[in-house]
Amino acid sequence: MKSFHKSPWLIHYDASSCNGCDIEVLACTMPRYDVERFGIINTGNPMHADIFCVTGGVNTQNAPIVKQIYDQIPEPKVVLAVGTCACTGGIFKECYNILGGVDQVIPVDVYVPGCAARPESIIDGVVKALALYQEKHDKMVQEGRGLPEDPSLDEDNDVDENASNDDNSSDENASDEENAS
Amino acid sequence: MINTVNILRLIAVIVFIVCAPFIGGILDGFDRKISARMQRRIGPKVTQPFYDVLKLFNKEFVSVNKSQLFLLLSYLFFVIFAGALFFGGYDLLMVFLCTSTASIFLILAASSTHTAYTGVGTLRELVQMMCCEPMELLVAIGFYLSTSANKDFVTPTFKVIDLVRSDMPAIIYLPGFFIGFIFILTIKFRKSPFDISTSHHAHQEVVKGVTAEFSGAAYGIVEVAEWYEQVMLLGVVGLFFITSNPLSYIVAALAIILVYFLEIIIDNTSARVKWDLMFKLSWGIIFICGGTNLLVLEIIRNINI
Repeated sequence: MKSFHKSPWLIHYDASSCNGCDIEVLACTMPRYDVERFGIINTGNPMHADIFCVTGGVNTQNAPIVKQIYDQIPEPKVVLAVGTCACTGGIFKECYNILGGVDQVIPVDVYVPGCAARPESIIDGVVKALALYQEKHDKMVQEGRGLPEDPSLDEDNDVDENASNDDNSSDENASDEENAS
Repeated sequence: MINTVNILRLIAVIVFIVCAPFIGGILDGFDRKISARMQRRIGPKVTQPFYDVLKLFNKEFVSVNKSQLFLLLSYLFFVIFAGALFFGGYDLLMVFLCTSTASIFLILAASSTHTAYTGVGTLRELVQMMCCEPMELLVAIGFYLSTSANKDFVTPTFKVIDLVRSDMPAIIYLPGFFIGFIFILTIKFRKSPFDISTSHHAHQEVVKGVTAEFSGAAYGIVEVAEWYEQVMLLGVVGLFFITSNPLSYIVAALAIILVYFLEIIIDNTSARVKWDLMFKLSWGIIFICGGTNLLVLEIIRNINI
């Protein structure tokens, strides 16, 4: 179906952001930027969402939550890391509780850099995510919709990680992670 | 018995079943566009709701309870059945009883998953039903009494097919009922001050309340069912104006558009209320407008007798 990318619903999760990127994400839905003209809705519900938009780096406390939200989003889904912290961990990278960027926990499809990421670049990222989203959907259709009868969460993740390793992330999450604890 | 009237009724039912989702979807699209303009935004395309639903039907269906899909299909079935009864010209009381049955199936589907947000949502949905039901039943009774007060009718009737043959629009007998019905339409359409069980658009509170656990096709079914229900309820609004005169259909269409626009304005100018205030307000309106109107109708009826 060609029009599949015309209705992306987004769920926004603040991992451990300083709230700068969150304000910018919300600014996208305001009259000046108005992402709803592209059919994008900021839904609060992972069960209805298509795009998972994470701001801030992931810490030990919210890593399972990020993972759970990701698992609750039905296929096809796209993950958008918004802001430097979500991409790499940013200035919090060396903190004892920070695991690093979002890609340490779930496979990330599109990285939006910036501190804070500007609304324009967030919208650009979403548009990029839409192309990927359509691609994933077409793939799902080709594989006979690929809907597992009894989806085991871990298996799902492995498959997705393999599929999404070819993104523009190679330079951004290059450094190895150290667990200070 | 096959005659032209019965064929017309059949055609009306088929037209409803085929066209209602399109009319409901377009209305929803206009709703979002007008709402956006009221907020100084550009807003999505008018056809956006169709893209949304098509997408939902192509998403993965995830649920912890497989009976959910069956319950939701029952919800859709009863909503369509109620609408078909209405546009086929059958008993108005039966129509409203069918919509109540449909709501029960929605509540069962939501509560089959036992999660916190749907739990809160279903409780609130039940409160919403408590607020709407009395007025719906009163509207059916009001139409019945209006036919008994009207000298054109030999016997009073609940049947829509007979109600549209009246020489006088029902609104003349039922202004109070009309106001009460418009009031509960805000609850039925899940518009802003009363969107406590779930919410359209971006303003969420209990995640998505009743619909929180519906993913993919399940949520698509809910959306389509809501379009059917909207068209049916707007049909009831039209019924207040329709007479045997063909011109009255234009008046009814205008009234429907006005009422829908009014609902959008209310949606965009009011904040969500708590359930107890909603309960007090709706029952207050029902007793004041519906009750007064009922009393006056009874007096007219006694004079006529």
